[in-house]
Amino acid sequence: MFNAFASLLRRDLSAALHIQSNWLMPVAFFTIIISLFPLGVDANPALMQRFAPGVIWVAALLAGLLSLERAFKDDFDNGSLEQWLITPHGVYPFALARIVAHWCITGLPFTLLAPFYGYLLGLPAHSLAAAVFSLALGTPVLSALGAVGAALTGCLRGGEMLMALLVLPFYVPLLVFGANAMDMAAAGLPAGAALAILGALFIVALLLAPLAVAAALKVMLD
Amino acid sequence: MLDATKRYASLPSFYRLCGRLFAWLLPATVALFAAGLVWGLYLAPADYKQGEAYRIMFIHVPSAWMSLLVYMVMAAAGAVALVWRVKLAELIHIECAPVGASFTALTLATGMLWGKPMWGAFWVWDARLTSELILLFLYLGVIALYAAIPDRRKAARATAVLAIVGVVNIPVIHYSVIWWNTLHQGPTVTRLDAPAAHISILAPLLFMAVVFKLYFITVLLARLRGSIAEQCRAQQWFRDEAAGRA
Repeated sequence: MFNAFASLLRRDLSAALHIQSNWLMPVAFFTIIISLFPLGVDANPALMQRFAPGVIWVAALLAGLLSLERAFKDDFDNGSLEQWLITPHGVYPFALARIVAHWCITGLPFTLLAPFYGYLLGLPAHSLAAAVFSLALGTPVLSALGAVGAALTGCLRGGEMLMALLVLPFYVPLLVFGANAMDMAAAGLPAGAALAILGALFIVALLLAPLAVAAALKVMLD
Repeated sequence: MLDATKRYASLPSFYRLCGRLFAWLLPATVALFAAGLVWGLYLAPADYKQGEAYRIMFIHVPSAWMSLLVYMVMAAAGAVALVWRVKLAELIHIECAPVGASFTALTLATGMLWGKPMWGAFWVWDARLTSELILLFLYLGVIALYAAIPDRRKAARATAVLAIVGVVNIPVIHYSVIWWNTLHQGPTVTRLDAPAAHISILAPLLFMAVVFKLYFITVLLARLRGSIAEQCRAQQWFRDEAAGRA
């Protein structure tokens, strides 16, 4: 089962890295959303520091959606999903590999860029570690919940907008706790509580989301 | 018990049961609803702080309770539909969604009407308002996903997966919003600062809560009859049924 997961992950990643736009687009989108906020709201440093955590998180949620829409589309179209359903491993390793692969091209670069963008938006240096931790724990949840939406809408025509409608309400806790961890750290307060909750969400989401993805894929292939 | 369940899970007999129950439930719901309105809007005493404006609560609070209860019913029926593939459960699951969305919208609308004179604003980013709004989005997601999938049975099972994921998420979303709200101190006092409700107010409120549940069952049965008729209109038993009644 682990071998199946590892070889799938390797295959997904090499496929994603092979096409430049696959991994560049989410990062570019993430950057653009963040740079729009100072233009739209105010570039006053004190104000920017207040909205920086929320902006970084909203940008991560939206940019994560961008590459999610295609997560299962090709497998629906070329029939490899049916093959996965009948393997002895079941759909679980497949779903988990997709979630991890999606995180590697979205959540991981967002996490690495977060302290840099946080600094540009005026977050104090001592809060940048909290920014890294909050994205590192939160973005895998984003990929996991998003995969459920992608599995439900992957084979539908025009499913992208629908997926955003299904998934974004589920992202509310991530936004709240993720931004709060950065907020607390920026104010010089301990961010542990919010990070601990994000950690709990991380564990629960990675355990349960592949099951929901598997159930959704089975229904859609019926 | 199991026998009876099996018998009524078949669409023809459930269709007939719906018809019989509906004939009783409709007048009962209308009569009790009228009684509850008179009790709540006229007989119950005015609140000593909020005056008459508090009376919208007799619609608002039962409707808020129903918005959550209907989601639970929808998810439970969805789970039954996924596990046992009972066609009736699929129908119950999906017919709950518009009713629940209406309760949620009604809760938001009455809350806003009450908020304007009491808080001075139609909308504040209060924890309960915000989580009710997100609940409305969850209902709309179920309705939109159901509409997007051409095969009705597949659509119902897909929305069942979504509803079950939603049930796991609702408490997390709710508590995250409460936490967010306590950190970003709200602009107004959002609590009913009356003392614990007096029995003369509590009694009509609980009565209305029961009436709302009755209303939900009545509307659900009517919707189920409609959707069974739509799905079975080409089948022989339904034609016989329709001919027998005409």
